[in-house]
Amino acid sequence: MSGTHLSRRSVEQLLQGMDRGEFSGAELTEACVARVREADAALQAFVEVFDEPVAASSGGRLSGIPYATKANIAVVGRELTCCSRILKGYVSPFDATVTARLREAGATLLGVTNMDEFAMGSSTENSHGGPSRNPWHADAVPGGSSGGSAAAVAAGMVPFALGSDTGGSVRQPAAFCGVVGLKPTYGRVSRFGLVAFASSLDQVGPLTRNVRDAALVYSALAGHDPRDATTMDRPVGDVLAEIEGGPAGLRVGIPRALVSEGVDADVRADFEATCEQLRKAGAQLVDVDLPAAKAAVATYYVLCTAEASSNLARYDGIRYGHRAQAQDGAQEQSLVDMTCATRTEGFGAEVKRRIVLGTFVLSAEYAEAYYNKASQVRTLLRREFDAAFETCDVIATPTSPTPAFLRGEKAADPLAMYLGDVYTVSANLTGLPALSVPTACNEAGLPLAIHLTAPAMQEGILLRAGRAVEHVRGFDEDRWTLMEKSS
Amino acid sequence: MSALEPVIGLEVHAQLSTATKIFSGSSAAFGAPPNTQTDPVCLGLPGALPVVNVKAVEFAMRLGLALGCEIRESNVFARKHYFYPDVPKNYQISQFDQPICRGGEVPIVVDGKPSTVALERIHLEEDAGKSLHDQTQGQTTLVDLNRAGVPLVEIVSQPVLRSVEEAGAYLTALRRLVRYLDICDGNMEEGSLRCDANVSVREVGVSTLGTKVEIKNMNSIRGVMAALVHEIERQKKAVADGERIRQETRLWDPDRNTTRVMRSKEEASDYRYFPDPDLPPVLIDEAWLERVRMALPELPAARAGRLVREFGVSADDAAQLSQSRAHADYFEQVVASVGKVERAGKLVSNWMVGEVARVLNERDGEIDSLGVSASGLAELIQLVVDGTVSSSLAKEVFEKMTQGGGSAAEIVERDGLRQISDVGEIDAQVRQILDSHPQQVQTYLDGKESVAAFFVGQLMKLTRGQANPKLANDIVRKALEERRG
Repeated sequence: MSGTHLSRRSVEQLLQGMDRGEFSGAELTEACVARVREADAALQAFVEVFDEPVAASSGGRLSGIPYATKANIAVVGRELTCCSRILKGYVSPFDATVTARLREAGATLLGVTNMDEFAMGSSTENSHGGPSRNPWHADAVPGGSSGGSAAAVAAGMVPFALGSDTGGSVRQPAAFCGVVGLKPTYGRVSRFGLVAFASSLDQVGPLTRNVRDAALVYSALAGHDPRDATTMDRPVGDVLAEIEGGPAGLRVGIPRALVSEGVDADVRADFEATCEQLRKAGAQLVDVDLPAAKAAVATYYVLCTAEASSNLARYDGIRYGHRAQAQDGAQEQSLVDMTCATRTEGFGAEVKRRIVLGTFVLSAEYAEAYYNKASQVRTLLRREFDAAFETCDVIATPTSPTPAFLRGEKAADPLAMYLGDVYTVSANLTGLPALSVPTACNEAGLPLAIHLTAPAMQEGILLRAGRAVEHVRGFDEDRWTLMEKSS
Repeated sequence: MSALEPVIGLEVHAQLSTATKIFSGSSAAFGAPPNTQTDPVCLGLPGALPVVNVKAVEFAMRLGLALGCEIRESNVFARKHYFYPDVPKNYQISQFDQPICRGGEVPIVVDGKPSTVALERIHLEEDAGKSLHDQTQGQTTLVDLNRAGVPLVEIVSQPVLRSVEEAGAYLTALRRLVRYLDICDGNMEEGSLRCDANVSVREVGVSTLGTKVEIKNMNSIRGVMAALVHEIERQKKAVADGERIRQETRLWDPDRNTTRVMRSKEEASDYRYFPDPDLPPVLIDEAWLERVRMALPELPAARAGRLVREFGVSADDAAQLSQSRAHADYFEQVVASVGKVERAGKLVSNWMVGEVARVLNERDGEIDSLGVSASGLAELIQLVVDGTVSSSLAKEVFEKMTQGGGSAAEIVERDGLRQISDVGEIDAQVRQILDSHPQQVQTYLDGKESVAAFFVGQLMKLTRGQANPKLANDIVRKALEERRG
């Protein structure tokens, strides 16, 4: 079997192959690295490919499986830049908990993927190192902010990658690149070592090519971490046990008001098709009402910018990362001048925009009208979701109102970019687990996807529903043919 | 215009003496080489997360319970934002609108009169690092982050203090309390207890508050009192001169005995407080509260009361004896070692507030720096009681004991300080003295009996103070009377 084909296999298939002695972990790593060398010059999914992959002791549940990690997840002794100039050269002295867990599980880390600076963006165009490309379309964005991870998995460079999801940053690029993206329940996966963007919304999640792989990687990541006080000290359970439960009897909630407007026609048609096929396969479609979800994007951009303005305050040029040099060849500069110049030079436009917004919404005169109000809407939204889940098991929408857009198309219009987050931000605001599953390609050959949300800690039923979608749509079996046809 | 009175509110920061920092595992000890007690959390490294040190919460609970505060069930930590190099995250984790303790009061005694000082709140927060300005060439500042993340409680009084003396008594009482509770070493010089003062003046009888000025940078209770004296005078004079008091922060300069402006209200920061999303609320349930309550030690006021009841010491002496747990323990140990002696409590108390206090004051130290064990002091007191050494010579013996001169008995023997209580020996010496001072004897016999003291003095000189003073007096009188013929 050729190296290229080995790198196209799922995590589960690869584990079985190694079990049967068909190939070794080293051969698999070699095949994946070869695929990266072949494809990444065009895609720019990686910002760093390690000379020596970071391997771990064998024997874990992901033993020998290569993966890539997002540039905002700490790996001991490696540069941790968040694709920002301000962290250029900064080497983390510790592993993120997720890095350590994958190390223990035996996975092999090949390198670091591209992202929007500090995870702020939906296109990976905001990376200091330049944009990544969508493997399905050379001029389309891969989505973001975990665009590099999504592209790497979609292009067959690695069987899985880690992303972080603050407002859809795992799920939206997964949708744009035709892969599966899971955002676990807030508190299921440790944030220790994930560079904070908006701490109450951030969650690490896997990008994989199918739902069973998402379950496998999630199982390795999830669990209480004494170093992250926001993780839950509750048993994770075996999410693979119920994953083949199928669509029969599944109650799928559909917020009609939310999916009827502001959605591209092909996206909407594909969403209806998925729902219809689920129904035919035995699922029950239920109308649910989530009135506050209309305010979710506005609420999200108040809260995430507020937290970001706080989290990013530490990048001041004093202790690590980029430091602006004194002007005009001066030997010394004042502290205030240095910090201002460092932040001016070090942060990109989108990050600055969010710091300014966040500083504004937390300021004494405006906190009541913005930050406090948004916090109230957030509570309301969670209540609405809880109420909706009394009549359904999962809630379905498209993942994004559009398929992958073209590079540069929305770069000058931040509001248009923000509105694309309409279906994903609610899961972060409510802390609920959510999953994007690819369904089909549109006429332009770009992948489309469905978005599923489940009650808190119900990753089991969420993944079962995602697996049911895979069953009825069959995208993953056809992916390589579809991709060849597309490009 | 009627007289002006000061209105003072104090903000006291007490470093909690937990082994580790409030949100991470590195040591919180004082005095290590700069930047050796740090970790990713207190350095604010990317990806590091704070986790609450439950011990710090418990220390704050102890304080709150001891002061009768209302203790909040759900404790929210908030971020307070300001850019400064000794605050590595450029925000400080503190508590804002939901402090762990509300209300409560501190009992104080001023001029023998007990009263209480009402508290506004007590909240938990992390300490900042230390900026060392102008330590090197040029206008550079060095930063030591060992202190960053050390747990603090901020104790905020209501603006109810009306005199410098009350402020001093309040600080003394607070310092004593935190030491009793074993939650802070109370050392103001090392900065483990720090005090900022808010001061305003107003006409007596007026109920509204004047414009307040905050003064910082006092590093002793005496310093706080001196700064308050100075600031109250400054404000009174300004008002008398028809000036308006500006709301500002002033720095106390102990060397020049003055304050100078640090920042005005216009420069006041907007701290943009919001709940720290990294830290879920710390929940304090009744069971936890009860466990901490049960483990509280006897508090200073209760201990002082018990010393009065059990040992018959005066209220003033009891307050001094209970200045610290160790001090009061020492007192009780000495009393116990002295054994069955009439009014032993009073006797030991006199030593404690007299010689012991004098030596500690000279050394500016605590009871553990005395160098004399409780049983050692008890031995000396016994030697006085049984007449082996005179009271006045006992002070000399005690002084030698504090300098490591040995036990009381050893010093008495070695230096020949034993009291002479042999009637025959004293009598012989007295007769010798009378013989060699016939003139003074005649003066006595002529009716000026006060001359007797002269002969006692001569006897003491001759015996180097060793003669039993009571016997000396009696024998001199007797010998003089005998000469009346």
